[in-house]
Amino acid sequence: MNIVVCVKQVPDTESPRKLKSDDNTLDRAAADGVINELDEYAIEEALLLKEAHGGEVTVLTMGPDKATDSIRKALAMGADKAVHLVDDALAGSDALGTSYAIQQVLGRTGFDLVILGAESTDARTGMLAAMLAERLGVPQLSLANKVEIDGSSITVQRITDYGYDKVEASLPAVVSVVEKINEPRYPSFKGIMAAKKKPVEKLGVADAGIDADKVGLAGAATEVVDFADAPPREKGQIVTDEGDGGAKIAEFLASKKFV
Amino acid sequence: MDVLRVDDRLTDDERMVRDTVRAVVAEKILPNVAGWFEAGTFPARELGPELGKLGLLGMHLQGYGCAGMSAVAYGVACRELEAGDSGLRSFVSVQGSLAMTAIHKYGSEEHKREWLPRMAAGEALGCFGLTEPDRGSDPGDMRTHARRDGSDWVLNGAKMWITNGSVADVAVVWARTDEGIRGFLVPAGTPGFTASDIHRKLSLRASVTSELVLDDVRLPGDAVLPGVTGLKGPLGCLSEARYGILWGAVGAGRACYEAAVEYAKTREQFGRPIGSFQLTQEKLAWMEIALGQAGLTALHVGRLKDAGEVTPQQVSFGKLANVRAALDVARQARTILGANGITLEYPVIRHMNNLESVLTYEGTQEIHTLVLGQAITGISAYRG
Repeated sequence: MNIVVCVKQVPDTESPRKLKSDDNTLDRAAADGVINELDEYAIEEALLLKEAHGGEVTVLTMGPDKATDSIRKALAMGADKAVHLVDDALAGSDALGTSYAIQQVLGRTGFDLVILGAESTDARTGMLAAMLAERLGVPQLSLANKVEIDGSSITVQRITDYGYDKVEASLPAVVSVVEKINEPRYPSFKGIMAAKKKPVEKLGVADAGIDADKVGLAGAATEVVDFADAPPREKGQIVTDEGDGGAKIAEFLASKKFV
Repeated sequence: MDVLRVDDRLTDDERMVRDTVRAVVAEKILPNVAGWFEAGTFPARELGPELGKLGLLGMHLQGYGCAGMSAVAYGVACRELEAGDSGLRSFVSVQGSLAMTAIHKYGSEEHKREWLPRMAAGEALGCFGLTEPDRGSDPGDMRTHARRDGSDWVLNGAKMWITNGSVADVAVVWARTDEGIRGFLVPAGTPGFTASDIHRKLSLRASVTSELVLDDVRLPGDAVLPGVTGLKGPLGCLSEARYGILWGAVGAGRACYEAAVEYAKTREQFGRPIGSFQLTQEKLAWMEIALGQAGLTALHVGRLKDAGEVTPQQVSFGKLANVRAALDVARQARTILGANGITLEYPVIRHMNNLESVLTYEGTQEIHTLVLGQAITGISAYRG
């Protein structure tokens, strides 16, 4: 089975993140890059499926040069090879442009299954899986917390507010995963050593057959018009217990519609 | 804070090792280690396979299931382990740098095949018996001896302060023979061989420390490590372990420093954070400098080791300087935390007490000082 995991490098959520004032896009150089957290679950799921069913796991990353760090970590976790789509023309792509670019690359690599995290911690649009499935003309199985494959059919548990839906489709397909699905492994030291020898194919826009006009900031259909810092957190309310503390807390919770 | 940004000089692999070990320590060690320390226990059997799965055990050795990483990567791992607890780093040091290194360096092909893959996986644990109740800095004068009896060896004696002693599946025991000092592999359960734990420690409490007793322990002829005779055998392993310590100390010191910085910024006295007082800032600046220098020393010695150029004197320099720096940092951090600094709610007193052991094991600070003294003057102060 040919499994492709889409891995995005995002600014470390531990470090302060900011937008650039000149074009309102994310300042990716300002913070340390890490693998988008949900994508680590996607990598783990791909590795588990490979261990159960055989095949090959390819990491697909679109991002600047420094995204190499994240690719190496995915390879150290156990992925077999990687494709790194890297080109200045891609900077500032929105979800539409990104889904188009990734579709073009997937056309080259081929796939039975595409797995990705349900959303990224930077843009948080959560739309890429749906756009990708639509462009590829294959089923989308979203928000999976369990994936099972039997021959050419795939079944997932899709989490909902009330429990989960059981969703079935046939391969090829696109699956987006949530954090309940597994526990991502740490890269083992042998894995780190082995990753050095695994192939990483670097593609530019032209190599992947991508129309440069449809990607990047200029090709984006959406635009960040303005941004502002989040207001500082308001001071908490302190309730002094004068024998009626419980009632006051209940009142507060009711006013916020928690109870 | 890390003003010098020493880690910017690490390679991608070394950084990945750092991040992995740091994450594992944060997940599995930090939530539990104060409890282990208080109870005087260390879950060696549970942690062994987990650390083995990562590839931490014997990570710098080649082949036989070992990851074959660089000396710097090993050092960085030791640093991150010891930021958790010196007992954890000791566990890994003894397994990888002492027991596995002895077998890897001096063992027969059969020894290596029998023990190293299982030890790398953490399924088999090892210990290293050199120090004796009455022989610490002067191991050449050891009392434990082995004599030939037909094709067998018979060992008698005792070893003291042996990390992992009672949990080990195999003990590397050094003994006097007619030919000089030799190493022997003594499997747990061999008749006449017992390991009992040393209690009432106030340092390295999250670590198993034992006494080994050898009472007419009969071993087959092939139990001896064929690759070395003489004190240079055990000393060659100790040099490896000391190298890990000079990195580890930086981690223990850093943990204390980070606790002190956080505390100084949030603890208020006289209406403002104590970090705003010049006396506190002076302490923090001094700690930053001490740890930056220790970190540079560790990386420098590590690069020399990877280039195959490191000398025992350089390792002594690093072990002496970095452990002393870490202990001083821990004590300074303790003063910033005031009374909170003496509880297990914070990591400081735990590291500080641990470092009291690190200061004297694997070569006391006095011996390392005299190694440097000899290097400087050409005159040995303690050997005839």
